[in-house]
Amino acid sequence: MSAASGRALRFTLNGKRRSLRVSPHRTLLEVLREDLKLTGTKHGCELGECGACTVLLDGKPVYSCLTVASRAEGRSVTTIEGVSEKHPLVESFADAGAVQCGYCTPGMILSAKAHLEKKGHRCDGRGDCAKEALSGNLCRCTGYYRILEAVGLAARKMKRRSRDSKI
Amino acid sequence: MTRRYKYIGRSLRKIDALAKATGRAKYTDDLSLPGMLHGRLLRSPHAYAEIIAIDISRASKLAGVRAIITGDDLPARYGIIPSSQDESALAIGRVRYVGEPVAAVAADDEETAARALELIDVSYRLLTPCLGIEEAAQEPPGPDGRLHKAIAYEFGEKPGSAPALERTDLFFYEGNTHLALEEHAALAVWKDGKLTLRCSSQTPFHLRQIVAKIFAMPEEKVRVIVPSLGGGFGGKLDPFSHDICAAELARRTGRPVKFALAREEVFYCHRGRHPSLMRIRSAWAKDGRILDLDFEACLDGGAYGSFGIVCTYYHGALQPTTYRLPHYGFRAARFSTNKPPCGPKRGHGIPQPRCALEVHIDKAAEQLGINPVDLRLKNLTTPDSITVNMLRIGSNGLRECVEKVAKASDFRRRYGRLPHGRGLGFALGSYLSGAGVPIYWNEGPHSRIRIEATAGGVLTLYSGATDIGQGSDTVVVTVAAEVLGISPQRIRLVAADTELTPLDLGSYSSRVTYMAGNAAKQAAENLKAEVSRLAGPRLSFEAALRIALEKTKTLEAWGSYTPPKKFGTFKGSGVGVSPAYSFSACVASVRCDCETGFVRVEKIHFAHDIGRALNRACVLGQIEGGIHMGLGEALCEEQVFHSSGLHRKPSLLDYKVPGLFEMPELDIHLVESNDPGGPFGAKEVGQGPLIPIIPAVANAIYDAVGVRIDSTPFTPEKVLEALDAKARGGSGRLGPDRFPEVLFPEPIRVRQDA
Repeated sequence: MSAASGRALRFTLNGKRRSLRVSPHRTLLEVLREDLKLTGTKHGCELGECGACTVLLDGKPVYSCLTVASRAEGRSVTTIEGVSEKHPLVESFADAGAVQCGYCTPGMILSAKAHLEKKGHRCDGRGDCAKEALSGNLCRCTGYYRILEAVGLAARKMKRRSRDSKI
Repeated sequence: MTRRYKYIGRSLRKIDALAKATGRAKYTDDLSLPGMLHGRLLRSPHAYAEIIAIDISRASKLAGVRAIITGDDLPARYGIIPSSQDESALAIGRVRYVGEPVAAVAADDEETAARALELIDVSYRLLTPCLGIEEAAQEPPGPDGRLHKAIAYEFGEKPGSAPALERTDLFFYEGNTHLALEEHAALAVWKDGKLTLRCSSQTPFHLRQIVAKIFAMPEEKVRVIVPSLGGGFGGKLDPFSHDICAAELARRTGRPVKFALAREEVFYCHRGRHPSLMRIRSAWAKDGRILDLDFEACLDGGAYGSFGIVCTYYHGALQPTTYRLPHYGFRAARFSTNKPPCGPKRGHGIPQPRCALEVHIDKAAEQLGINPVDLRLKNLTTPDSITVNMLRIGSNGLRECVEKVAKASDFRRRYGRLPHGRGLGFALGSYLSGAGVPIYWNEGPHSRIRIEATAGGVLTLYSGATDIGQGSDTVVVTVAAEVLGISPQRIRLVAADTELTPLDLGSYSSRVTYMAGNAAKQAAENLKAEVSRLAGPRLSFEAALRIALEKTKTLEAWGSYTPPKKFGTFKGSGVGVSPAYSFSACVASVRCDCETGFVRVEKIHFAHDIGRALNRACVLGQIEGGIHMGLGEALCEEQVFHSSGLHRKPSLLDYKVPGLFEMPELDIHLVESNDPGGPFGAKEVGQGPLIPIIPAVANAIYDAVGVRIDSTPFTPEKVLEALDAKARGGSGRLGPDRFPEVLFPEPIRVRQDA
């Protein structure tokens, strides 16, 4: 915990430049939850098995429990706190009944966000591409179908929004 | 006539969905307090050993260590049910499973606490562990014996007619665990003689009672608060070592103490599905009527009692809710073994016997030459009937459930006629909408709800029920909103806080929608009546509320739910009693690869008698989640151990659960039988849907490749072994072939006219 004796870490967190000192062995998960008190990122195993700790590093999903914090140096990190309540994925998860206990939800939404930003125009939530994108995130409550439905719903909303913004 | 509801039956957003989806919702481990210490538990590396000495002197000297406690510091015995007070927070004298807590440390940070554990010296004298039912049953009876509980019953009268078919089958159901995604956590604050415990508990009111007893203090000096809870499935019902050690360490240090378990530790907390070895005998008339059923079970309980006695009774309780049985014998024994304690996992003690029974009936159907669906239809229970074991069934949509899945899967035409490697399997199930008799016997309500209206028309609903993800918060608010005719968003909720909310027994036995839902309905009706008494009847609720509040400033209304009295009067007649039963029917469609033994479940047709769906999306979510967990139990999940007693798979990677790609196509039908006692007619859905999945898959495997895997899970290794055996001329059955000699007590005889 002796963060003061650690190395400087500078990165962009949810769009804002951050700078803090962290011990070299600290994981990104520990730094986010314990040093920065951003507890929206969850832990379910701390061994890279469940995906609850998923955050985006330069837009790509990573398990923050397996990511040494120093890997974020100079890069951009998105946590669930950086996703607006109005984001189509957040709304769709609520509308589709995709949130039960909610513990996997932040990680699920971030994996889905990375996926839709890359392949949003081709995804309807039903095909294998959505399943592949979410296959690193475990959910024990839903049986996954509500989650896939939410991703499909969000994809449609995002397509509509991007079409409207072009007009 | 169908009534039109404004909110009931719609797929409304859950009231906590946005808070959870944005990460704002706080789970126990998301909380931290100034000056907070971090706790860790030292766990036994041995399955069975005497503790000779514990030396904490090296650990105590480590900088940053604030307190260390061992078994002697917390001598009180406790357990979740009154008849099993056999646990202690830290082992005293002996350890009984690998992972049992032996000492607890509070330190400035987690790393220091972990280092301190390494410096605690424990010397053990190893004893020979007992790890299975066969071994346990061979040990001599007596106070040091392994037999924890044995029960025997005989219900009804043997019919005089000679049976056309009699058969006996054995089945083994392997243990498995809940695997809620949130790891257990507890945060204790002890200030001015009062303990506040925030923790991941499904039963805050039971926990308050137990913790108060352990610390010999009045219950009002203990406040249990459940923050957001990341899944329970029964795994967070018991009081746990980390809850009690957090409290004791907070008391000693005067500082807040938090425990957040690692995933491996959650496997040691367990309280999951009991491994169960079962023997069924049945007798049938030529036309397919069941004449007699005899059911025996040996349960592997693990090291402590937990809910085990209840689970033992449940093993025999619900077979008669689906089938009319003229005569029914039931005997069960639970044994103590040196493994993490088993307890209540989704379905409690029902999935094992239901699986054995549904597979057994499938075999009988083949011998009788009757289609498995039609054989069930000849024996189904009816609405408003009394079972042979004195359970009162009210609404019953089982027949409709059976017909729906049979039709949707075209079962009668396709069963037995699909190409080799593909098969259909049928099974049904039933569950309680809440236990009719509480764990701690008393005549009081099982749920109470208070609604308060204060200045400005602020409405606050106080519910003691715990939302474990199933949506109970949404249910109580929606029910109240429907009665009041206002938007659910108008109602603020305070839940699961023993100081602020009225008593609720907790989130288990699928009781919350029925019981807390009824209490919410009554509270809202009482509020509405009071408001119209004060303001006159013809106004809208909002307008009337304004006028009423001008007169009184604050208003409150209470609602409660007490289940009907049980029907049976014999000893043990309290288990299985429920104000309403859910019913499900399932057809599984599988493909078996004969080269690899791999079973792929391609489609599940499922019908569930829900009474009434209060929130359609939530109900479907519960069914889909139940199917998912059932498939895990059927295909891959098992809590198994090395011969030393070491857990083989205490991680998410090794303990396989079905992922996204393993989920089959689902075809779900809701049957709304409109239960006369349920809130707006609703019954349970949290646990029932898991139950028929496992036997439906077993029966489908037989239809696909002609082998009987009479032992869960149905892994590729087992399927291949059975296929090989069959190819060599064997029966193609893989499963147990012996049932231990058990000295059951004389049966309690119960007849309907008694």
